[in-house]
Amino acid sequence: MSAKEIIEAVVLVMVIIGTLMNSLSSLGFIRLPDVYNRSHAATKSITLGILFILLGTFIHFLFVDNYFSVRLLLGIVFVFLTAPVTGHLIVRSAYRFGVKLSDTSIKDELAEDLERAKKKEARTEGT
Amino acid sequence: MTMQILLNLLIAMVWMLLHDVWNTLTFTIGFILGFFIIYSFRRFFPTPFYGRKLWAILKLIYLFGIDLMMSSIVVIGQVIRPRLNIQPGIFKMETKLKTEWELAMLVNLLTLTPGSVVMEIAPEEGILYVHAMDVKRNKPSVIKTKNKLEDVIIEVMR
Repeated sequence: MSAKEIIEAVVLVMVIIGTLMNSLSSLGFIRLPDVYNRSHAATKSITLGILFILLGTFIHFLFVDNYFSVRLLLGIVFVFLTAPVTGHLIVRSAYRFGVKLSDTSIKDELAEDLERAKKKEARTEGT
Repeated sequence: MTMQILLNLLIAMVWMLLHDVWNTLTFTIGFILGFFIIYSFRRFFPTPFYGRKLWAILKLIYLFGIDLMMSSIVVIGQVIRPRLNIQPGIFKMETKLKTEWELAMLVNLLTLTPGSVVMEIAPEEGILYVHAMDVKRNKPSVIKTKNKLEDVIIEVMR
């Protein structure tokens, strides 16, 4: 087995892992109950899947074609920069908009604290 | 710190000038040489050596990568179970980070680790509200991850 074949095998495995992760998180996107849980599937496993696919492509271009592709690395960086921001924003605005948590949820400490803050505000306004 | 990086770049440039070879390899050799020169003269700089910060950044990436892997496997395991067996919920935890940059880094990294999405931040009290896919099972690991990341972020930013 030559070095090229080994590298091709590694690239193959990485791309397959990445694709599997992406398809599984899409499955999670369908199955999970509410916005908040779906954002888990949308922001995390998908970023990891993209990391694997782009790294595999990067290695392929580097060793098979002898081409150092900075753009692929930049793609990884930007996906990792933007995915959590969008996830956070969507979840936050959904909560502010009053989207209810699914029935299976067992805990909501944010609602308790928001309630308390509101009461405190009303009291200070009243006096 | 910026001063040291600029000086290092200057040394690399001078190395290229002395060789009169203008390619990436010569630049890299010059940069590594400059790195060691600055390391040996670190006593004479007013700020600590910047290699230490570089090391902290590498450590952050390493720790984060491991966490990302581990928790991804956990989340995928939860998703592909034939019957969904999750108890999602929102819990709060405290953080000792204060400045905006540190908080932004921590929140971004925490949101990227599967099993937790940061929903709301109260910067004055230093409280993060986190939505977890499975509160009972994920809460301890999320708090552990947060403590680990906090320490390294402090090392990087201060």
